[in-house]
Amino acid sequence: MKYIDEFQDPGLARRLLDDIHSTVTRPWALMEVCGGQTHTIIRHGIDQLLPDQVELIHGPGCPVCVTPLEVIDKALEIASRPGVIFCSFGDMLRVPGTGRDLFQVRSEGGDVRVVYSPLDALRVAQQNPEREVVFFGIGFETTAPPNAMTVYQARKLGIPNFSLLVSHVRVPPAIEAIMQSPNCRVQAFLAAGHVCSVMGIGEYPELAERFRVPIVVTGFEPLDILEGVRRTVLQLERGEHTVDNAYPRAVRPEGNRAAQAMLEDVFEVTDRAWRGIGVIPASGWRLSSRYRDYDAEHRFSVTGIDTREPAECRSGEVLQGLLKPHECEAFGTTCTPRNPLGATMVSSEGACAAYYLYRRLDITTASLEASPVV
Amino acid sequence: MSETTELRAPDLTAWTCPAPLRDQPRVVMGHGGGGAMSAELVQHVFAPAFGGEVLSQLGDSAAVSLGGVRLAFSTDSFVVRPLFFPGGSIGDLAVNGTVNDLAMSGARAAYLSCGFILEEGVEIAVVARVAELMGAAARAAGVEVATGDTKVVEAGHGDGIFVNTAGIGLIPAGVDMRPQRVVPGDVVIVSGAIGVHGVAIMSVREGLEFGVEIESDCAALGGLVEAMLAVTPDLHVLRDPTRGGLAAALNEIAAASGTGVVIQERSVPVPPPVANACAILGLDPMYVANEGKLVAFVPREHAEAVLGAMRAHPLGADATVIGEAVEAHPGMVVARTGLGGTRVVDLPIGEQLPRIC
Repeated sequence: MKYIDEFQDPGLARRLLDDIHSTVTRPWALMEVCGGQTHTIIRHGIDQLLPDQVELIHGPGCPVCVTPLEVIDKALEIASRPGVIFCSFGDMLRVPGTGRDLFQVRSEGGDVRVVYSPLDALRVAQQNPEREVVFFGIGFETTAPPNAMTVYQARKLGIPNFSLLVSHVRVPPAIEAIMQSPNCRVQAFLAAGHVCSVMGIGEYPELAERFRVPIVVTGFEPLDILEGVRRTVLQLERGEHTVDNAYPRAVRPEGNRAAQAMLEDVFEVTDRAWRGIGVIPASGWRLSSRYRDYDAEHRFSVTGIDTREPAECRSGEVLQGLLKPHECEAFGTTCTPRNPLGATMVSSEGACAAYYLYRRLDITTASLEASPVV
Repeated sequence: MSETTELRAPDLTAWTCPAPLRDQPRVVMGHGGGGAMSAELVQHVFAPAFGGEVLSQLGDSAAVSLGGVRLAFSTDSFVVRPLFFPGGSIGDLAVNGTVNDLAMSGARAAYLSCGFILEEGVEIAVVARVAELMGAAARAAGVEVATGDTKVVEAGHGDGIFVNTAGIGLIPAGVDMRPQRVVPGDVVIVSGAIGVHGVAIMSVREGLEFGVEIESDCAALGGLVEAMLAVTPDLHVLRDPTRGGLAAALNEIAAASGTGVVIQERSVPVPPPVANACAILGLDPMYVANEGKLVAFVPREHAEAVLGAMRAHPLGADATVIGEAVEAHPGMVVARTGLGGTRVVDLPIGEQLPRIC
């Protein structure tokens, strides 16, 4: 954290931008995979500063956005049951299921709590032995290891009243699915640095080779993003397609072995539905048979859930990079962060919400030049 | 007698949704977050029920005339948990919050009322401690607690102690501060570092450690406002950016004044511990609550002198210019980012929520 200012330095940013501007000779479409990167890009206005030929497509890397409606509805169902304490990270509380969200469940008397770590939820279970405590375990390879560790601890400590509602997803199969889409426009990827800090970069060379796309492991500060873009554009201009690590301060090629071992013990790979995209083979994790007792879906027999997506929501196309948020008819009119139709408008990392919050009007830098700030 | 009624197209310019809050049939925490949901609750439920021209000012305090005297009148309720936190307590907040709301009208608070709602089972020693701290804060702010009330609710129906304070104070002659007075060219000044109170509360409430203890900036701003008014009574508007933070205050002013606001993001003073805590939690400091800060829209010709007066006061030592009011994009707040891009700084919706990763 202490070096954060250095990664937002305007002078260095200018140099990187100049470099990118002087390298680009034709149009390129890059996808930043992670919602955290989308957030940084929009929040700092990076997309406005890049050459017009460099288009950033916002990928499906927001865990809140891609959690299927069906899973949200299961969460709402479980959280509504008497005797349950439902624990979640904060931003999942506002994601609409069919007709309501976890905040509403809470206002109707459900015990829904925001926690900052799954281990906090385990502590709640220890403190409330007479109640069933459920943690909403969603997210990518970044949030999966601590969730796995929590289930491992629950079993080790013999805490019977804890379970996990799991909807974990994996990045590489999503990249594969995007590249195989007939409408795919993506020519290169900024890979999610934090995912790679856990999993390493071993899964990417095969993808880069098979689809002939550069994949550059990228961090989350403004300069990280610019450096990722710079290296990606350089490869594209040279006709190369290799895996490059532009985030070495956090990512080792082999990743975090201990975290990987924990994932292998507690989870097993499964097909997983992505909200707005559909089922992607082998793209998720579920609790392995050894830990089935801790699976909230089994424990609460959540069945018979009728799931309906709003017909006018086109978040699936947004998540696949086929549509820019503001190109959707509902954007900013019938769909706003206040009344979201889909999860991309709910999460602050969702592409639609990021566009709505920071770019609602297309304010050009030029129009502001007329009003210099004191 | 009535004339023949002719059919005309309805005038939708002043139309408000007949089924407001339709998506939230019950109160949720976001309705108290100081953002769009709070505003909608006031706009659709309270304002129509109460009517009244004064209420429509919707400021931190109301400016009223009584017997030829101009008074500022304000009320605020305090439901903070924990009751005692680094840098303050619910008692300090209850006094300073209302004193500051009055100060935003230019008034020096004169009298406060104090209403306690106590939960059965709370220790008398705790109530006494809160009362002592309130007394000390009132003496420090030069205000007298003149009337009060106490109610007790059954165990489980409260949160230990809730406090409501209301206050009145005189508005000096020649002072007329309201968002409608803002004009393009006004300079936006913030009195010091933002986000401190919200992060201090969060760190103790959630048991989060950020490496250094962050103390609330809770303080009474009456003296600082007097120092500013001594330079010129012609300050256009002041806001006390509590719930919803600086972003909410700037948006309220932009919307009510019909001007745009541009801020230079790098000029906004965010202390490193606050920036780090917000980065860890995925929060934006612009939306985090403050309790001892103000934001001022000052006519350009007075900006330098007002800034000097603020910096000469202990509560304004770190005052800084962060932007200006502009003609472009009326009603909107735009930030110029450190890298030279721009982004819209919107009104928060409900509560800010920690992000998942």
